[in-house]
Amino acid sequence: MDHLIFPTNENELAYESRRDFLKQSTMLTALVLTPAAILKAGENDENIASALEKLPLTLEVNGITHKLAVEPRVTLLDLLREQLHLTGTKKGCDHGQCGACTVHVNGARINSCLTLAIMQNGQKITTIEGLARGEQLHPMQEAFIKHDGFQCGYCTPGQIMSAVACINEGHANNRDEVREFMSGNICRCGAYPNIVDAILEVKQGGKKI
Amino acid sequence: MIQFEYVKPSTQKAAVNAVAKNANAQFIAGGTNLVDLMKRGVTAPQKLVDINGLPLKEIKKTPGHLYIGALALNSVVAGNNLVLQHQPLLAQALASGASPQLRNMATVGGNIMQRTRCSYFYDTVLPCNKREPGTGCSAIEGYNRMHAIFGSSLSCIAVHPSDMCVALATLEAVVMVSGPGGDRRIPFADFHRLPGETPHIDNNLQKGELIVAIEIPDNNLAKNIHYLKVRDRASYAFALVSVAAALQINNGTIEKARLAMGGVAHKPWRLFEAEKMLVGKEATMEHFKAAATLAMTGAKAFEHNTFKLKMAPNSIMEALRVAAGLEV
Ligand SMILES: Cc1cc2nc3c(=O)[nH]c(=O)nc-3n(C[C@H](O)[C@H](O)[C@H](O)COP(=O)(O)OP(=O)(O)OC[C@H]3O[C@@H](n4cnc5c(N)ncnc54)[C@H](O)[C@@H]3O)c2cc1C
Ligand code: SF4
Ligand code: FES
Ligand code: FES
Repeated sequence: MDHLIFPTNENELAYESRRDFLKQSTMLTALVLTPAAILKAGENDENIASALEKLPLTLEVNGITHKLAVEPRVTLLDLLREQLHLTGTKKGCDHGQCGACTVHVNGARINSCLTLAIMQNGQKITTIEGLARGEQLHPMQEAFIKHDGFQCGYCTPGQIMSAVACINEGHANNRDEVREFMSGNICRCGAYPNIVDAILEVKQGGKKI
Repeated sequence: MIQFEYVKPSTQKAAVNAVAKNANAQFIAGGTNLVDLMKRGVTAPQKLVDINGLPLKEIKKTPGHLYIGALALNSVVAGNNLVLQHQPLLAQALASGASPQLRNMATVGGNIMQRTRCSYFYDTVLPCNKREPGTGCSAIEGYNRMHAIFGSSLSCIAVHPSDMCVALATLEAVVMVSGPGGDRRIPFADFHRLPGETPHIDNNLQKGELIVAIEIPDNNLAKNIHYLKVRDRASYAFALVSVAAALQINNGTIEKARLAMGGVAHKPWRLFEAEKMLVGKEATMEHFKAAATLAMTGAKAFEHNTFKLKMAPNSIMEALRVAAGLEV
């Protein structure tokens, strides 16, 4: 068995050292860059404090107006999940590559992981929590259940938000168009055919969604 | 992400000043590239100047031009009637990029300014001349499947990832900028740079200069056009190779030809020689093949991207075939 164990250890070693290196370099970045940032901000701008201050932010989320304070570096996704505890919106990749974080801003679908919350000041946000009317599920939610449009469910909130927008944009006229215009939502469980079925059914139902 | 200061000016002048006066300030528009790079520590501006308060979204037809504001969203431009009527090649290229969600955030200005997707550029642990000048290029001896076959240097072999820019090169757009020293107009071919010894400089925009709009001169290239994008999956992937082809054909004879490629160089790669060769010729596969062969002059591949030496000329031929409306 030795010959099997050895390469594993080596891999682990390589992994550990890279992780340590990453940790160290992150710490170094934190040590070196943060004070420099403050100093630089002081040289160039009157207001040194603003680099670290929270900024006031007003957001309407699912019909409720929130007056908040955020650091500029907080993404809309993190604000929704961590400050407003709306954890229906998922963090998949955090880099715009999966669509799990899809929400609507003034009705248009976006990736909430790639926008800063402060940039959305004054906007109307709709998340997956905002679709149902009390106990009454949104037609798209019902269609996903009926057609088994998911397995693990992790991508589902993003898929449903994207699906609603896809129909409202007028991009759900046939299977191929739905596939193209839902390509920004990755499903690792591969529920794609059922997702397309669900969307086409809602589209053909013709209800305003 | 490290801390930074955030401002949202309401005038162009204030925005330009804010970036011109602070060496570590950057504009932010849709955020789809910049926020990603900041999360990964590839770039760490100390001040973000949000330009979304500026009135730069307009799309209009002016005498002689189509004018598109720098803050027009990629999705809006792709679906705009004026764009579809006058410059459908641009709409095709935009619709092939990223995802519907990203196109709802990404702006025209940000798309032009987006940085390479070279994976070593993103990996802050490894050397990269573009990220940290003088450290070396990890891609030349590394995994270079996505990399350049034209115009690379010993310093950098990265490609510009934009689809939109390939169409704008073909359409000879002009980038209108406003800076601390006044306004100027930069022809698209002169906007992006080859890496040379200075791969950390992607383009010729100067510090503090803001892209205000692009203008596309009227060109009679709305009919025989095609944007072909070849990628690893059918959608939501960067181009391995792309071609923006536009022809003006009269009675089977090519009167005007414009061609550019994406995914092959550090800038949108205009095929000037092939264009010249095509003018006055019949629109036939034989001539398209000759143009594609000519376009490949000087191509140089690396260990993992030799496939592009075949894929590129085939893509040129296919784009021209579809643009000309020839049967297979
Ligand atoms: C997962 C993923 C897939 C993608 N796939 C594709 C694809 O297939 N094809 C493609 O073409 N693109 C693709 N993209 C890239 C996308 O198109 C760009 O991220 C987007 O166009 C950048 O625009 P933005 O407004 O979000 O720019 P930002 O991120 O806001 O800014 C990018 C840069 O531009 C500068 N900038 C912005 N506006 C101006 C201005 N007016 N004047 C001067 N400087 C300015 C900023 O300072 C910053 O340096 C993809 C992105 C992601 C995340
Ligand atoms: S190709 Fe350019 S971007 Fe990529 S590692 Fe080399 S220097 Fe950096
Ligand atoms: S978490 Fe935003 S796209 Fe993946
Ligand atoms: S249902 Fe599991 S990722 Fe889509």
